[in-house]
Amino acid sequence: MSTDLAVDIKREFLKSKIGISGVLILLTLIVISIFALISIPSAEFQDWNNPEKWISYPKTSVPAWVNIFMFEKIPEHKIIQSENITNEEDGIFISSQQFRFNYAFDDFPNDFMYNFELNYTGSPLLEMTVIRPDGIKLELLNMSLPHSSESTSFKQTIFSTDSLLRKNLDFQSNIYEYEARNLGSTELIFSEKTDRRVLTGDYVFIMNAYNLETKNMFLDSNLIIGGKAFGVMGTDELRRDLAVGLLYGTPLALFIGISVSIGSVVAGLIYGVYSGYKGKKTDEVMMRFNDVIYALPALPFLIILAVTISNSIFLMIGFLMIFSWVGIAKVSRSISLQIKTRQYVEAAKIMGQKDSKIIFKHIIPQMLPYVFASIAISVPAAITTEAGLSFLGLGDPSFPTWGQILHDANTYGAAAQGFWWWIMPPGLLIAITGLAFVFIGNTLDTIINPKLKR
Amino acid sequence: MFAVLMITLLLTILLVGSNMDTILKQGVMFQVRAEIVENPSIAESFTDPEEFEAFIQQKIDERVKSLGLDTPWYSPQRVGLTMYKILILDFGNATFLTSDSGSSNIADILLEKIPRTILLFTTATIIISIIGIFLGAASSNKIGSKTDRFTSTFAIVSSSFPVWWIGMLMIFLFAFVYQIFPARATPSIGPEEPGYIFSLLYHMALPLITISLIGFGSWAYLVRNFMVGVLQEDFITAKKIMGIDKKKIVYKHALKNAAPPIVTILALSLSGSLGGAIITEAVFDWPGMGRLYFDAIGVMDLPVIIGSTYILTVLFLISIFVADLLYGYFDPRVRTKN
Repeated sequence: MSTDLAVDIKREFLKSKIGISGVLILLTLIVISIFALISIPSAEFQDWNNPEKWISYPKTSVPAWVNIFMFEKIPEHKIIQSENITNEEDGIFISSQQFRFNYAFDDFPNDFMYNFELNYTGSPLLEMTVIRPDGIKLELLNMSLPHSSESTSFKQTIFSTDSLLRKNLDFQSNIYEYEARNLGSTELIFSEKTDRRVLTGDYVFIMNAYNLETKNMFLDSNLIIGGKAFGVMGTDELRRDLAVGLLYGTPLALFIGISVSIGSVVAGLIYGVYSGYKGKKTDEVMMRFNDVIYALPALPFLIILAVTISNSIFLMIGFLMIFSWVGIAKVSRSISLQIKTRQYVEAAKIMGQKDSKIIFKHIIPQMLPYVFASIAISVPAAITTEAGLSFLGLGDPSFPTWGQILHDANTYGAAAQGFWWWIMPPGLLIAITGLAFVFIGNTLDTIINPKLKR
Repeated sequence: MFAVLMITLLLTILLVGSNMDTILKQGVMFQVRAEIVENPSIAESFTDPEEFEAFIQQKIDERVKSLGLDTPWYSPQRVGLTMYKILILDFGNATFLTSDSGSSNIADILLEKIPRTILLFTTATIIISIIGIFLGAASSNKIGSKTDRFTSTFAIVSSSFPVWWIGMLMIFLFAFVYQIFPARATPSIGPEEPGYIFSLLYHMALPLITISLIGFGSWAYLVRNFMVGVLQEDFITAKKIMGIDKKKIVYKHALKNAAPPIVTILALSLSGSLGGAIITEAVFDWPGMGRLYFDAIGVMDLPVIIGSTYILTVLFLISIFVADLLYGYFDPRVRTKN
């Protein structure tokens, strides 16, 4: 491609609003991908299907920003961390943690749990109290941890449904001015003194570990206030944070789309140009082979290949390439048939240049604009086909793609249960990614084929 | 054409062959052991457990040999036999799946499913092409008009949405939020009952609307582009100069000249949609070929997979063939004189 032509195309491209918006969307997606790749180490990709990682997340909760539009605020799911404070009083070592948060929602939390890991020797006493916004201090729990003569790490989770906790609250239920006996612990802690409404304001949960002999240390602990709204994108049935899944999906979709389209366009281009340039018998044979591949029904074969050979994402990219180079080969053959007859190609031939040199130096450069347009145009098809395969449950389980999120949504009946935040974003992202490439491709196409412009 | 069919068949058999053998052999082993368990007298007649095991093994080997499983699946006779059987449309029996009437003969299952798939997708293609051709012609008539811009935008936007995702949204909206259509497209009453046709059509509505909605935009855009090409030709200019009504030129003369590529793509898109049926039918639970294929993959029912791949390929090839014939019919220039 001569530089003049490149400059021309660039200038024409910059004139087109659609083309520029395509490029902008693509750039945004690339930035998101880079952010995803940097912020999430590749080992964590595997954790998508590991239920243990998501245990502290809520189940099918709406995105937190929904509250902005809601009159009654949905309780947000909170995972609260705290610092560890250690001090000594009269020979008693105290480690304490304070979980402070503001609760300003119109419904009670589902539950709360306290995960902790305590490093100690001897037999420490754990005390759990809460200070409510109205200043009332409730004793929640007093428990002694099992004795140990050497330094150990003790791990436990205290749930709001704990029966001891409930009993302790019953002793203090005289502060409520109504019958509090048949309320759950969570509701008791978070309700007004005067009637059964949510008490909003700052709550402080305090955990103290007392030990006589040595210092003890809280290692890894958090307090989870179970709510029904979480994060930017909400969570799914398996408690996974959809924002993370969608973020993972972006570089994957771009990778799949771009590598399939580049691979198939380059393969189709070389195949078609060679076939057209050689002509005669070679052309005949190559085009018949092309017809055979063309006549294979792609999706059924992709499914069979995925089921019988492997559903690894890299092989899948290869399979997708097998079925997508055919059309490009046909078109590039016909273009090369035209270019072949130009005088400079014939001159090069008479000069005795090698076939490969003529093809790569004289014919293919002429076709570059067409090549770029077809790469851009064939990306969306690759992305949607991969998403479709994943949607059928044939995707690579170690790489969560948008299609797989939709597959899970479909298996858990997200449509029936109205989990719109589980269905909408992945599909929209697929469409937006596709649109970016279609915009770019169409703009290039209209520049190359001025007939369409008018 | 025939060669393509054979290659497809061969590829399918090559891909699923080895798995099929393993499954069949396991089936035989299971069967033999079950028979022996049912007959306690056989077990009682043996005193030595090793001898008993040997007896079972011998039985299994006999059965395997009688089924022809002792030669490897890639041996020419076996591949040849399978291909021959499929050619004469003897697909054998399904391993797990059955037709609605309970038959496990694959030919029966396919005969039951094919009409439904064709019903849904042919209707959809007809709707799409009618809307598409008129919208496309209208927008090519006035390039740059509101219709034209709407068509182009809609075409680009709709073509980048996956049909099945729109399907999920449509189910969410029109089956659960507004309960207008049923969520599952499988008719709720059996085919014998009198209201079956209406039930079928009612259940077909949602998938039909979805497919048409996604499809017609790109169709209109395609038609528009062909028409723009035709409208630039000399004979159209000549007709304009002659003073023929512009509408008449577009709908009568230009559309006729743009017909060959349009019809070809129509036939091809019909066959293409049959392949895409697998996902669409899975979303809507439409009981056609696509669903069958999906279910067969799920339980690895290999005879069904081979049979339906074959049928899908045949349908695909038929439509390519029809497209070729139609092209010749509409465009006399490509006809060869023999």
